[in-house]
Amino acid sequence: MGILEVKNVGKRFGGLQALGDVNLSVAENSVHAIIGPNGAGKSTLLNCLVGKLIPDTGSVMFDGQSVLGRKPYEINQMGISRVFQTPEIFGDLSVLENMLIPCFAKRDGAFHLSAFKNMLADKEMVERAQHMLEEMNMAGKHAMNAAALSRGDKRRLEIGMCLSQEPRLLLLDEPTAGMARADTNNTIDLLKQISDERDITIAIIEHDMHVVFSLAERITVLAQGTPLVEDTPDNIKGHPKVREAYLGETQDAA
Amino acid sequence: MLKLNKSDTLLFVIVAAMVLLAPFILNPFPQGSSLAQMFNAGYPDLMQRFVIFGILVIGFNILFGLTGYLSFGHAAFLGIGSYSAVWMFKLLSMNVIPALILSMIVAGIFSLAIGYVSLRRSGIYFSILTLAFAQMSYNLAYSVLGNPSSSYNLTNGETGLQVYSNDPQYFASSSAPDTPHLFGLAMSDSSKLDIGSWQFTFNNGYYMSGILMLVAFYISIRIFRSPFGMMLRAVKSNQQRMNYTGLNTKPYTLAAFVISGMYAGLAGGLLSSMDPLAGAERMHWTASGEIVIMAILGGVGTLIGPIVGAGFNEYFKNILSKINDGILHQWLSFLPDGLENFIVGILHYFVGKGWHLTLGLLFMMVIIFLPGGLVEGGQRLAKLFKRKKTEDGSDSNNTPAK
Ligand SMILES: Nc1ncnc2c1ncn2[C@@H]1O[C@H](COP(=O)(O)OP(=O)(O)OP(=O)(O)O)[C@@H](O)[C@H]1O
Ligand SMILES: [Mg+2]
Repeated sequence: MGILEVKNVGKRFGGLQALGDVNLSVAENSVHAIIGPNGAGKSTLLNCLVGKLIPDTGSVMFDGQSVLGRKPYEINQMGISRVFQTPEIFGDLSVLENMLIPCFAKRDGAFHLSAFKNMLADKEMVERAQHMLEEMNMAGKHAMNAAALSRGDKRRLEIGMCLSQEPRLLLLDEPTAGMARADTNNTIDLLKQISDERDITIAIIEHDMHVVFSLAERITVLAQGTPLVEDTPDNIKGHPKVREAYLGETQDAA
Repeated sequence: MLKLNKSDTLLFVIVAAMVLLAPFILNPFPQGSSLAQMFNAGYPDLMQRFVIFGILVIGFNILFGLTGYLSFGHAAFLGIGSYSAVWMFKLLSMNVIPALILSMIVAGIFSLAIGYVSLRRSGIYFSILTLAFAQMSYNLAYSVLGNPSSSYNLTNGETGLQVYSNDPQYFASSSAPDTPHLFGLAMSDSSKLDIGSWQFTFNNGYYMSGILMLVAFYISIRIFRSPFGMMLRAVKSNQQRMNYTGLNTKPYTLAAFVISGMYAGLAGGLLSSMDPLAGAERMHWTASGEIVIMAILGGVGTLIGPIVGAGFNEYFKNILSKINDGILHQWLSFLPDGLENFIVGILHYFVGKGWHLTLGLLFMMVIIFLPGGLVEGGQRLAKLFKRKKTEDGSDSNNTPAK
């Protein structure tokens, strides 16, 4: 049994069957990539995992518990963190505050009325946030407004924010989309390091085959809302169905 | 000091000093001079309004400034606080303590209910819901619940709720004043100090309200610096990220709404404590709009902005409405007659009853040129001043970094 078990999940938008009958099992502490052409339903699937969408049919189990019907914040508190396609951070707040918020959310829960404590006097939280910033190589930027960061830094910050919650499952939706090669490689290294050093499961949606084949231990190929195959990267590369449906000329690039 | 950091302590001390010394600061001109008549603001009624509206806008800023939720119905809580206080005067005694406590509790209960419903939506829909609730409250107070011949006359309609000699006042003692008082200290009483041709007035009601404003201000600083305050700013910045960071935004925004509603209730209770008469017009939507204007004038989301905005608004409203054609003629008498009459004819529309027009123009100028409010103006001036100083070179060596 994997840490994430998706069974017979279907989702329809009006006349469009975005997800047909998706079955997916993600093994604990693995890196699992989901690939597929545009409009295959990858983001839709991810949205069904984090409570943004409720699937019409099927079940989603995380660590033996159903996530369906729970609010996004409840699912996060179960141990699932999500990185968005365009970095979602608190632009008006400082980098340090961005990092403090998930730390507080992890320790104090979904709501905590501490209107009379001084935030910066909370040594435990501040140290944890600063430590995380150091790990992300951003300690020098702690006082900056997060909106002023470069795109690569925003992405690092967002990943760091998710990690500071010590999630058991980290979901990433095209984390390198629109990034320059150098930034992409940095992100690959960062994610590799994360999965090597921590007890964490990573599920990643990605178009960039270079990223996928550098990171993933297993790959699921999604096309028109249904999984075509699921296998190791080596087998996926040579799979005729996959070449036909998706890889095409990108194969030699990989 | 007081568990505040250095710059917050400094800010608090400055505000405290200004509040305590206001009777001097606001009376710069000698008694009886024409300048005094026009520009002196050190009389009880106006000073009370400064600090009471200060409390109101400080509370409003906790909601609007931190979370970005623009309530367009906050005057409802002001009115609810006013009515609650007068009821305490009618039923218990003229002591202001139970009145102020009840006004905060009742406003808190109403804001919990109104906030719970309104916060189901955000943005413009939230604003409209709060506006609708406030107008409902106004209409209830004005007619439905204010019919003197009915048995549930809570607000006394058009006349306004006031204390009558046949009210029960179960706890009134015969020795206490028959106006609102703090354990015998009448709110309307003042002591006066004459220095040369200056006269300074120290009013009990002003000082009680002023001290409560300092408490309110202190609490707001603490909220701004707390994890709770940071979560409220996070609501404004990115709710999506909050939800996916395991945070439930609803109770955060609702808590902010109730806190700001209770601030408004306290302000309403204080208005009634200064003058025990509560009318429905306090809840009218224009009153709600004025709260928004004061907040924006001062500088939304800043600590000191609300106090500046409330003070600025009340001060200019007061001056502008006092100016009339006679005074204008007096000021412009150095001009040739024709020109004088022409200019007075134009200015006529901007003063006296036309004060709305001038204040509206000022408001527009602030929005356009100082989107951060008067606080931003002050910051820009300070920067300009600093730069000049360093350019002179006279000060460049010993100016500290910040
Ligand atoms: N909220 C929605 N309402 C209606 N249709 C939607 C909605 N979200 C997605 N779709 C449709 O569902 C299909 C799957 O979309 P999805 O975003 O999951 O694809 P994807 O695999 O993530 O594609 P991409 O690689 O372009 O990100 C698309 O045809 C899309 O237009
Ligand atoms: Mg997508």
